[in-house]
Amino acid sequence: MSHQLDYLDQLESEAIHIFREVAGQFERPALLFSGGKDSITLVHLALKAFRPGKFPFPLVHIDTGHNFPEALDFRDQLAERIGEKLIVRKVEDTIRAKKLTEQKGKFASRNQLQTYTLLDAIQEFEFDACIGGARRDEEKARAKERIFSVRDEFGQWEPRRQRPELWNIYNGKINKGENVRVFPISNWTELDVWNYIRREKIDLPSIYFAHERQVLEHEGQLVAVSEFIRIDEGDSIVNKKVRYRTVGDMTCTAAVESNATNIDDIIREITATKTSERGETRIDDKFSEAAMEDRKKNGYF
Amino acid sequence: MDLLRFITAGSVDDGKSTLIGRLLYDSKSIMIDQLEAIEKQSKNKDEGEIDLALLTDGLRAEREQGITIDVAYKYFSTPKRKFIIADAPGHIQYTRNMVTGASNSDLIIILVDARNGVVEQTRRHSIIASLLNIPHVVVAINKMDLVNYSQDVYNNIVIEYADLAKTLGLKEITYIPISALNGDNIVSKSINFSWYEGEPLLNFLEDVHVEQDIDLTHARFPIQYVVRPQTEELHDYRGYAGKIISGIYKVGDEVTLIPSGLNSKIKSLELGGNAVPEAFAPQSIIMQLEDDIDISRGDTVALRKDQPKISNELEVLLCWMDNKPLIPGNKYLLQINSTRVRAIVKELEYKLDVNSLEKKYSPAQAELNDIVRASIKTASPVSYDTYKELRANGGAILIDETSNVTVGACMIQ
Repeated sequence: MSHQLDYLDQLESEAIHIFREVAGQFERPALLFSGGKDSITLVHLALKAFRPGKFPFPLVHIDTGHNFPEALDFRDQLAERIGEKLIVRKVEDTIRAKKLTEQKGKFASRNQLQTYTLLDAIQEFEFDACIGGARRDEEKARAKERIFSVRDEFGQWEPRRQRPELWNIYNGKINKGENVRVFPISNWTELDVWNYIRREKIDLPSIYFAHERQVLEHEGQLVAVSEFIRIDEGDSIVNKKVRYRTVGDMTCTAAVESNATNIDDIIREITATKTSERGETRIDDKFSEAAMEDRKKNGYF
Repeated sequence: MDLLRFITAGSVDDGKSTLIGRLLYDSKSIMIDQLEAIEKQSKNKDEGEIDLALLTDGLRAEREQGITIDVAYKYFSTPKRKFIIADAPGHIQYTRNMVTGASNSDLIIILVDARNGVVEQTRRHSIIASLLNIPHVVVAINKMDLVNYSQDVYNNIVIEYADLAKTLGLKEITYIPISALNGDNIVSKSINFSWYEGEPLLNFLEDVHVEQDIDLTHARFPIQYVVRPQTEELHDYRGYAGKIISGIYKVGDEVTLIPSGLNSKIKSLELGGNAVPEAFAPQSIIMQLEDDIDISRGDTVALRKDQPKISNELEVLLCWMDNKPLIPGNKYLLQINSTRVRAIVKELEYKLDVNSLEKKYSPAQAELNDIVRASIKTASPVSYDTYKELRANGGAILIDETSNVTVGACMIQ
């Protein structure tokens, strides 16, 4: 018998180890679930970490109200199928309760506002650890974040005060009111996630595969036509065969033209692509060079 | 396809960021939008060419000051391997970051500027590589273009470094002449190095054998969490969940629980929900035992015939990582894998000068980035192996209980 592990086995084992450290070190953890491929992968890893037992945490979804309906359906079915608790908190409710001002404009996004709902949910349930599917290959600021990332009570990330993270030893000690963001798939790349999904035969929402959709062409990006974006005169609206490479809000996630109807096709396309995942599909990262760094400092994931 | 984790050591002046940028660029791991973004910045800085170093400088704070303040992780793949780079800065005050990045690395690339040869910084990086027991060392002699690709310059540096390596007991050293800026000898052999017979850097990284770096002889399984479904059909199920950090376990193996010393036998091993006859490092598994014993997180399962050491007195080499100094007599939490115990740092035997290897005996305290030899007493016995024998079970961290910050990294002697 060979005693050598494939890279996906190594990444999987590392992620499971991180999950179990959370279970061992925290009183009230939560798994932040968005319905995207990365958080679906997290659920799959959590099943491997804790079955035949139950998850020692609920799934928590911060619902911006701008989600793809396919992703929401998928979320509910998945929670039902695995028999784990799902908590949903709506940005809509926070906007109303806190009298927050919504962004205006063509692609008015609730991306900034969801941080408020997240911090409220953390307070409401006294979550001390929130597990998320962020990866270091996504973005420069993320490349510098620890696997256990301590946040103060405002959820703020302070890069200069990060704890050194040595060997495979994770220090999750915090004061009351603080919380830790935990990223079990920090060391995975986009392609690693897709290869793992293929190997493990993980189900995904249909929007990840090529389908016909009405899209608005805007500065080279394809944005799904929906009630959440403003259509102006002269806008070019076309029917295209597209798929999503990432799944965020309908207002700030762009589709890519594709004929990929299965995972093999998707992996082939991603291997050949010349644009990064967030660069191709995230409108919210394009505001400034340090958009992600700034959002993280304000409590974002 | 397997995985190699490596760290690059050197300062911006040695061309470290340029080297990483080059590896990412030439292995086609950089996308057009990322390239456009740095092109824009390069122009902002009034530099004609694309500055590959910008790819690795993540935070605005760093870019503005032109420094690297933390360890950044970068990823690239070739058909043979996935690579994880820990990019640690080389300034004097950042020993802490290098120790952090080195702790998880199988290989270190030490960059030497061909014009300067082995300098104080090279010494420091090499000493840290030896303290952290990094299995493989690559000495990349960079900026060869600035010395006319001279074989003599290269040879002299090799001789000089070999001397240092001998003093430090470093083994498995490979020397590669490169020019990161021009891409010479990075992914393909450069005609400028007709005299060089070895592989270019990337080929070496793809081929270096790292399997033997995982210890399969000494079996250690620290328990992280106990899985208890408490359902009707699994009423008595108690699964010990954890990652095998070294060694191999088989169903039926006679085991001893550390530190209690109780004995049992392995009833089952589960990998991702499937029963398996054997499991090995670094797999994450669930283990069930024949006997109903009360064990939990922090306990370790070892084979009866080969057990770790147990003691409440530890001798360690310690890298201090906090702004507040370490004063003998202070209390901390010591964490080794999933075990956490109270500990007192009793005595500082000596401070190691990481530039000269000189020992200064009986220092009053240790400052940020100091490396000291210390004796530690723990409130209850902990199981461990020496760091030299078994890296996976010989490293520990110290946590300041008042700030919760990780303040020290210990290599148990």
